[in-house]
Amino acid sequence: MKFTLPWLKEHLETTATVEEIAAKLTALGLEVEEVSDPGRALAGFTVARVIEAEPHPHADRLKLCTVETKDGIRRIVCGAPNARAGLWGILATEGLVIPATGEVLKRAVIRGVESQGMLCSARELGLGDDHSGIVELDPEGLEVGMPAVRALGLEGPVFTLKLTPDRADCYGVAGIARDLAAAGLGRLRARDFRPVPSVGAPGPAIRLDFPEGQEKACPLFVGRIVRGVRNGPSPAWLRHRLEAIGVRPISALVDITNYVTFDLGRPLHVFDAAKLRGDLVIRFARPGERLLALDGREYELDPSMTVIADDTGAVSLGGIMGGESTGVTETTRDVLLEVALFDPLRTAATGRRLGIESDARTRFERGLDPELVLPATEYATRLIVELCGGEPGPAVVAGAVPPRRPPLLFRTAQLQRLAGITLPPDEIRAILEALGFGVEGGPETWRLDIPSWRQDVTSEACIVEELARLHGFDRIPPVPVERGVAVAQPSLTAEQRRRTAVRRAVAAQGLAEAVTWSFVPPAHADLFGGAPVRMENPLSSELSVLRPSLLPGLLAVAARNLARKREEGAVFELGPRFVGGRPGEQVWAVAGLRWGRAAPRHWAERERPVDALDAKADALAALAVAGVRVEAVSTAGDPPAWYHPGRAGRLVLGPGTLATFGELHPNVLRALDVEAPVVAFELDLDGLPKPKPRTGKNRPPLEALPYPPVDRDFAFLVPQDLPAQKLLEAVRGAEKRLVREVRLFDVYTGKGLPEGTKSLAVAVRLQSPERTLSEAEIEAVARKIVAAAEKTCGAKLRG
Amino acid sequence: MDLGALRAEIEAAIAAADSPEALEAVRVGALGRKGRITELVKSLGALPPEERPRLGQAYNELKREIEAAIAARRGELERAALEARLARERTDVTLPARERPQGRIHPVSQVTEEIVAIFADMGFTVAEGPDVEDDWHNFEALNIPPEHPARQMQDTFYLESRDAQGQPLVLRTHTSPVQIRTMRAGKPPFRIIAPGRVYRRDYDMTHTPMFHQVEGLLIDRRTHMGHLKGCLTDFVRAFFERDDIPVRFRPSYFPFTEPSAEMDIGCRRSKDELVVGEGSDWLEILGCGMVHPKVLEAVGLDPEVWQGFAFGMGIDRVAMLKYGIPDLRTFFEGDLRWLEHYGFLPLEVPTTYGGLSR
Repeated sequence: MKFTLPWLKEHLETTATVEEIAAKLTALGLEVEEVSDPGRALAGFTVARVIEAEPHPHADRLKLCTVETKDGIRRIVCGAPNARAGLWGILATEGLVIPATGEVLKRAVIRGVESQGMLCSARELGLGDDHSGIVELDPEGLEVGMPAVRALGLEGPVFTLKLTPDRADCYGVAGIARDLAAAGLGRLRARDFRPVPSVGAPGPAIRLDFPEGQEKACPLFVGRIVRGVRNGPSPAWLRHRLEAIGVRPISALVDITNYVTFDLGRPLHVFDAAKLRGDLVIRFARPGERLLALDGREYELDPSMTVIADDTGAVSLGGIMGGESTGVTETTRDVLLEVALFDPLRTAATGRRLGIESDARTRFERGLDPELVLPATEYATRLIVELCGGEPGPAVVAGAVPPRRPPLLFRTAQLQRLAGITLPPDEIRAILEALGFGVEGGPETWRLDIPSWRQDVTSEACIVEELARLHGFDRIPPVPVERGVAVAQPSLTAEQRRRTAVRRAVAAQGLAEAVTWSFVPPAHADLFGGAPVRMENPLSSELSVLRPSLLPGLLAVAARNLARKREEGAVFELGPRFVGGRPGEQVWAVAGLRWGRAAPRHWAERERPVDALDAKADALAALAVAGVRVEAVSTAGDPPAWYHPGRAGRLVLGPGTLATFGELHPNVLRALDVEAPVVAFELDLDGLPKPKPRTGKNRPPLEALPYPPVDRDFAFLVPQDLPAQKLLEAVRGAEKRLVREVRLFDVYTGKGLPEGTKSLAVAVRLQSPERTLSEAEIEAVARKIVAAAEKTCGAKLRG
Repeated sequence: MDLGALRAEIEAAIAAADSPEALEAVRVGALGRKGRITELVKSLGALPPEERPRLGQAYNELKREIEAAIAARRGELERAALEARLARERTDVTLPARERPQGRIHPVSQVTEEIVAIFADMGFTVAEGPDVEDDWHNFEALNIPPEHPARQMQDTFYLESRDAQGQPLVLRTHTSPVQIRTMRAGKPPFRIIAPGRVYRRDYDMTHTPMFHQVEGLLIDRRTHMGHLKGCLTDFVRAFFERDDIPVRFRPSYFPFTEPSAEMDIGCRRSKDELVVGEGSDWLEILGCGMVHPKVLEAVGLDPEVWQGFAFGMGIDRVAMLKYGIPDLRTFFEGDLRWLEHYGFLPLEVPTTYGGLSR
């Protein structure tokens, strides 16, 4: 919503400054987005007339103009192609600041000739981009020396408000003035709503034709004919006013409808009465009915939409836009003014369905003042007669002004209860009356007649807001919220705490946390088990299904980083993945990937690509901090299909899979344009054993054995395809009481070993809980270890 | 041989020993089982008893002196050996160190934890709700009936799945449905915040189809707008870690609060910089208000008894403001350069006792 200061002052008698008004508007909840004053920089610029323009004696492109100015005749050098005798332009004299450049105009000698001022282009004046020539003014009504601001029709400061949708009444300058007056910023002045006497016969008959129960689609429709108008351009004041708020002047009749739309917040429509056939019927559109609207587009209508129709069919879309065929032109002689009420919800739905944004729709869908229909008819008629002449016929009124809502009871105590302030009864009464409420009763309970323009006021809480707003939100004293206990309690559940810990633990492994969309392309979802649900109205097909896994998003991250020459990297995400399309069908998951080299090239490190065991380490780190006993976790094969079948696995605990990890399938990488080796892990935090309730804090006593440990190394020759885990389990299980630690420290295949075998070397630490082990006992355990390895793994001790 | 000459001879040998081995040979020769001093001591038994004390004392003295001399010489040799070793051993310590790469915490996670830390201190707990919502929780219960203009304020993503009434399910457009779920599931009083992902059908310079919000809700029998102002003012000053941040509450409109307000903080804007906490400009930071009676009714609470406030704030947005991150869209790109620059180290855990940030 935009308006100018002079416009506001027609509704509000005030001495407040622009800054005071702006501050008050924002404090009232009518947020000021911008106050611009295109005229402010032009103080001192004046109108001048070019008497003569001759070529510059020393320059082809320049002209030497003789100009009539406020200070008499001056000689001015000008480079504009349009500089010519008879042109009315805008003069800057020595000492003025040129708005576009911020530079002070100095006396200048241009190619040997002194220029006594400058004729300005629109761009130099800060009035747009036009720099093709100097400003040319319409000479009508101009005088040499007149302030440029007046000649240009600049109204003064322009306010731009960002209104909330509830404040329908403030989509007109009158409503804004009312709030300001109620807040003590001036005195309200009403428009002239006195009836305009009518002459002659009424215009076409008007009938509201709605099925029973649907009458509120259009409860009231007033048509008033004005005969014998002349529809030329509007007077300068009206054109300037509309231009100031960004509305293009068209013709006096159209400009009047736009003016009243912004002045009273009351949209109107005008028909060329000569183009209407027969009576007017306001009804729902017929299926397939079409309308060529004033925006030049044709719309197909449906029976949910309200139209104004004549004998030929729909001629206007109620509350949204008129039709082309019955619009007014310069030749219009008889005009039919429409002032009506249309159902806000239906208007909104129609506008949305047809994709029409209009100033009328904006206002109708927020709810108009029903009691303004008849006064606005008189005001608009008066403007038409004043600006276009003509004789108004009597108004034809179909329907009736909807009744007022019943009074609202307001208990004063609610103000203290909800807003934390108290106001004296006199002040409560004064505020509400200034806002237009009918106020009875008090001081404990008030009976309030809600003004017809405040459809948004529906409850006591609304009255609290009105009182607090006018009193000032800034005057509500802040009160700290008390906690009740001196020491803050934990605010996270055990699961939330675990998530936070896992996030930091994975990051500590060297992975950077990414946040990617919850939606992915369908093709990507298909690679990871399929989309749980599709979106009906995605922004693009690329983001059209909910993600079944965090990995496609992370792979896209890897692909983007690779494209930027990040040839190695590690990222992870912790967030929801979706298993269905209903509320709650989602799980908290964490997934990570590493691509390229395992580490940047470094003098001290062997260069190698990432492998499945990097991902396994990441998964184990996440599991460990999630409270899983990782010693009890074992590794199994059979990874999901998006992994490399031979270079990936699962981490399992008992029958349950905790995590998957490994190299991703080459087909997946190709589909996601990732040209590097990639390993990944993924796990569902919700699928892990629940974190233990945090009651018993005791830990089991530390078992610090006093007897010396003994270390023995074993190198086993095993079949090439033996999983190392099997050998380690055999060694561990050989003598559980004494084997404290088993560590695989070497894997070797190749030269010196029989075909189809590999060597696995393990370091075993033995320690007895009871005594120092004797050599004989140690030898006995060693024999058991070798026997177990041979029995379960076919392992042979190497020489 | 008299003792003096023996001492001189051994001491000369000790001084001449130039290695631990040579010194040990001297020691064995003097003090070993068959050493010369040992032999002297042994010979005492053969002497007449009246001579033994004098000679025994002399031999022992000699033994102690030689032992001391050997220990001193050993120390010298060890020092010399260490010096020689240190003179020999060299590592080029200017070589680049072995790398132990650290990951990063995304600013959204970090800032969420900062927010949680502050509200935890004010007695709030963290609540959560699903990303997929039904129409009732996301709109109806929040006093946003169908065709309400507020539905257009937030362009909604609809899903092909349906709720029990056959209505399309939505991706939640705000975290406010968590208010509803919390109040339906529990008993008042309530004091929760609910951070999470939210979705709106919008993608341009300043909007992404997914972003993060935190919802707050405080319901009891006495909380009013003064508490709302106090709580959020305390929050903002704690969050931006400046206790002089100017704040302003403006009347506004949300369907689920009445009265409603927007909170602004003071800032200074220049061409390429925005500084929070000083200057004469204002910046909108969150929306808030007293929970609408219709919302309380929708969850079965009597609005004559229960009352309180709610607020909603963009997490990404306050992260941008606090840490000067320029472009919302970059939050979701996973550019490692960005994560390394704007992200946080894993051990930089924000707390209210230690400070939220460095």
